[in-house]
Amino acid sequence: MIDLLTSPISVSHYMVVGALLFVTGVICMATKRNALGVLMGVELVLNGANINFVAFGSRYFRTESLGLDGQLIALFVIVLAAAEAAVALAIALNFYNSHATIDIDRADDLRG
Amino acid sequence: MSEWINNLIPIAWEWPGFLLTAIIKAALLIHIPAVGALIFIWMERKISGRIQDRLGPTRVGGRFGWLQTLADGLKLVTKEDITPGKADVMLFRMAPYLSFAASFACLMALPVAAGWVAVRLNVAAFFLLAVLGLEVFGVILAGWASGSKWSLFGAMREAAQVVSYEVPIGLCVIVPVMICGTMDLVTIGDMQAGWFNNWLVLHDPFTFGIFWVYFTCATASVNRAPFDLAEAESELVAGFHTEYSGLRWSIFFMAEYGSMFIVSALAAILFFGGWHGPVPVTAIIHNMAIHSMGFEIGGTAPFWHFLANLLGCANLIFKATIGVTVMIWVRWTLPRLRIDQVITTCWKYCVPLSAFMFVGVLCWQTWWGLPSPNREIRGKIREGWVQQDESVPSGEVRADGSAAETQITYQAGTRNYEGSN
Amino acid sequence: MLLIAAINWHSFFFLLFALVTCGFALGVLFSSNIVRMAFYLTIALGTTSGLFILAGAHFVGAMQLMIYVGGTLVLLIFGVMLTAHEGAVLMKTRAGDWVVAVIAGGSLLALLISAAVSIPTWRSNEVTPADLTADDSHSTSSVGLALIGVRTDIATEKDATLRRGLSGYLLAFEIVSVHLLVVLVGAAYLARAKQRLATTGDV
Repeated sequence: MIDLLTSPISVSHYMVVGALLFVTGVICMATKRNALGVLMGVELVLNGANINFVAFGSRYFRTESLGLDGQLIALFVIVLAAAEAAVALAIALNFYNSHATIDIDRADDLRG
Repeated sequence: MSEWINNLIPIAWEWPGFLLTAIIKAALLIHIPAVGALIFIWMERKISGRIQDRLGPTRVGGRFGWLQTLADGLKLVTKEDITPGKADVMLFRMAPYLSFAASFACLMALPVAAGWVAVRLNVAAFFLLAVLGLEVFGVILAGWASGSKWSLFGAMREAAQVVSYEVPIGLCVIVPVMICGTMDLVTIGDMQAGWFNNWLVLHDPFTFGIFWVYFTCATASVNRAPFDLAEAESELVAGFHTEYSGLRWSIFFMAEYGSMFIVSALAAILFFGGWHGPVPVTAIIHNMAIHSMGFEIGGTAPFWHFLANLLGCANLIFKATIGVTVMIWVRWTLPRLRIDQVITTCWKYCVPLSAFMFVGVLCWQTWWGLPSPNREIRGKIREGWVQQDESVPSGEVRADGSAAETQITYQAGTRNYEGSN
Repeated sequence: MLLIAAINWHSFFFLLFALVTCGFALGVLFSSNIVRMAFYLTIALGTTSGLFILAGAHFVGAMQLMIYVGGTLVLLIFGVMLTAHEGAVLMKTRAGDWVVAVIAGGSLLALLISAAVSIPTWRSNEVTPADLTADDSHSTSSVGLALIGVRTDIATEKDATLRRGLSGYLLAFEIVSVHLLVVLVGAAYLARAKQRLATTGDV
């Protein structure tokens, strides 16, 4: 435990954090009834993946790191996540406007 | 500073030096929102009074009412702390501090003199824009957590306004970044050293126009009149901070005046030379240091260097104060815009104007190659460019498929634009 | 006292940020008030930006703050406020759903963590300060140049095979730009104010 504070951080530490965020996001997506709660789960999943990319791209942890590739992929993930959140929110708002509820358990028929 | 402290105190560890440095820098920076808000609120009341043909505060602290804001602050601290019944208590309490934290975190990356910056970031201009945009969270949460629909309306309007104006502000900030080739604010400031002809606002007509667009968008982004519909007293009582009283309200206002100071200081650094004034005081003082006037003060150069930086810091604060004064002046002169007019101004006027001027600056410098009064920047492209280095043998195929006879090397520094490729 | 002398402050701040991030992410999971969930998510993603900066990716950290926290999450909070009337703020999940989710999530977590700690080259940090030379190949200008197709770290890459794989990101940049434009138009169209079908006779 003490050597977490005294020894330098390695990629494994970042991967554990990334894994925690990812799994939290997955459970969020699976359990939340509010459609926006599911969307928050998606954001957590994408951030977990980004942490992994940045950790592998960092030259503080490995001598032969991914370098700029890790940072650039993380950048593209951030941008695409923003785009996807916008569309998901538009869909959720449409659903709310036509069904007067945001509960996804009530989205169980294909009628518009 | 931390190395100096570490050399001073003979302990084997180096972390107390760093910790003390951090505490000293934070203590110095907290004076900007705290004392700055004090002074700016007094200035606002005096200036608004004069514009409206009255005197403003005149009683507390002598003829000019210097200490009026201090007295008001003491009154606010002693007020009863009311939380509305339908409020979400945790979020209600957290919201002012969120706004203040965003406003204060910007000061971390803002340089006040050459080398005097809390954290010298490579991406300082970008970081400042990013953190300024986080202030809107405090506003939204305050509006929601107050539990009243008037607060919620005010908060939603303000959030829409701030987020919309982030787009033209980004375009406007990119222009000096593009001219100087770096996002590091210390470097941008230092490139404008010398007389006022080096100021970026005089670099070309498009940059001059961009400054005015930036100032308009910055005023809108900190919710100052004429864009202050979110806190319009005549319509929404007080918008998102209706339910706030006492110390919590004053924290919102420190955040607002802090942000006004930050966007004005950013305008000063990006366009008006920052700590380099109309007169090159720094160069004069350095000359005085070299011909050190016949006496040494324990190593003359550090003292004169410090004095030059101190004058630069005062210069920057003076310029930022002028910016804040203009914002105050505009508030009490122009009528307030409706929310749809505010959003129209952003999307139909500010964004196309800033995009057009951005293209103009780009063409001025690279395509047309027209001159500019800034002799350092004129004709040079300020960035590390990739150069063909014939001294390195290769036979490699370049990554994009073209077979190169020479290998590409990364050469940092400047490359003379008129020079050979 | 000996502990304080031996603390690696980079590790200390990493632990601080990691604990805050994971703590608030779990707060998102376990809270049932949608507005509080949005607030906790904001803090979790803000501290993630701190983790990025600690790993040396300054530009990505600033982008995270500007785009993710300052853009996406503001959008999310707007959506929350537009749909959060009384009674929709708190929605509890059934216990059966929790059991299935925890089993699935727990096994995934065990798999990921065992993968993370099992590779020896990932567990140890062999980088010496000598390796971190003063080359700015990871600065913002390098990122910018890579986005227009010029990879400046070709010069510092020692392995010849890897050097041939370092390509620019120009095509991806253009595609993402067009994608964002399409999303802008599409989301604006989807979220336009429509006439409600007047089932009760009043709109």
